[in-house]
Amino acid sequence: MGFDIDKWYSQKMQGEVILRYMGEVSADKITEALDGIESSLNLKNEKNKTRKKVYNVFVECIQNLFHHVDTPPATASVDLVPKFGVIILARDSSFYRISTGNFVRLEKVSIIRDRIDQVNSLSDEELRSIYRDILGNEGITLKGGGGLGMLDIVRKTGNKLEYALYPHDDEYVFFSMDVYIS
Amino acid sequence: METIIREGSPKTPYVKLDSEKGLIEIKGRSIPENSVEFYKPLIDWLDKYGTSPLNSTSVNVQLEYFNTSSSKCILDIFKKLELIYKKGSKVQINWYYEEDDEDMFEAGEDYQSIINIPFTMIEMEE
Repeated sequence: MGFDIDKWYSQKMQGEVILRYMGEVSADKITEALDGIESSLNLKNEKNKTRKKVYNVFVECIQNLFHHVDTPPATASVDLVPKFGVIILARDSSFYRISTGNFVRLEKVSIIRDRIDQVNSLSDEELRSIYRDILGNEGITLKGGGGLGMLDIVRKTGNKLEYALYPHDDEYVFFSMDVYIS
Repeated sequence: METIIREGSPKTPYVKLDSEKGLIEIKGRSIPENSVEFYKPLIDWLDKYGTSPLNSTSVNVQLEYFNTSSSKCILDIFKKLELIYKKGSKVQINWYYEEDDEDMFEAGEDYQSIINIPFTMIEMEE
């Protein structure tokens, strides 16, 4: 029972999949994934501007997983590795999509929801000014991300973050996020 | 004072901190998971350099990519340079970006809006 990750995964495999990964999000795995997308012919043939944007946003998405994911619940039908996460980079006609997924503890749900809803509600001008405020004034957070990751993704893509929180059990939900790069 | 040279790696930039020439260069990509660990020695070097800087310091930043965790560290470097500038030495930051790279251009503008040092944006042809 619980959340059907296989079904979710197959739904996210639409389009031309450039990279997919499910498992422990370690520094080495991140390096491998980045090598993989750099050598992808699909991206090599892309305009410099688009290629760089996709790469940059992918780095932010995968490192967001690295800094925030936990060991999945024992009730999930996945490998019980620390820092478990899923990331898929696919091309769907005119845009690129980065989908991420990970289990989160229930108590973190409202933080995630508030954070994304807030970032999604901002205009371009607000995004820029809040980004600059945080960059200039706040110290780095313990996780190293500085609270800028989500803002940076929305600013670079110009698109809202799409997300869903699926119930899993009494303690965990599955957090799914899609980032589109036009 | 020693000169620091770090060769670039897939996740960290080429860095040169040359106290004899008053030259600081950061080039390539800066996307480490732990950027504080990478930048700490560079910031320490700047602290030391700041105690007796040359009359003129040039800073060339030519990054292809950088992550948000590096963005804070790059600002820390600029803040150290700002202290040197405020004490009366000449400091010039050159921020290079590729001609169609709006994101890198905007990142330069972000820093320019936060720090008060002569800051030149230099467009490079692809």
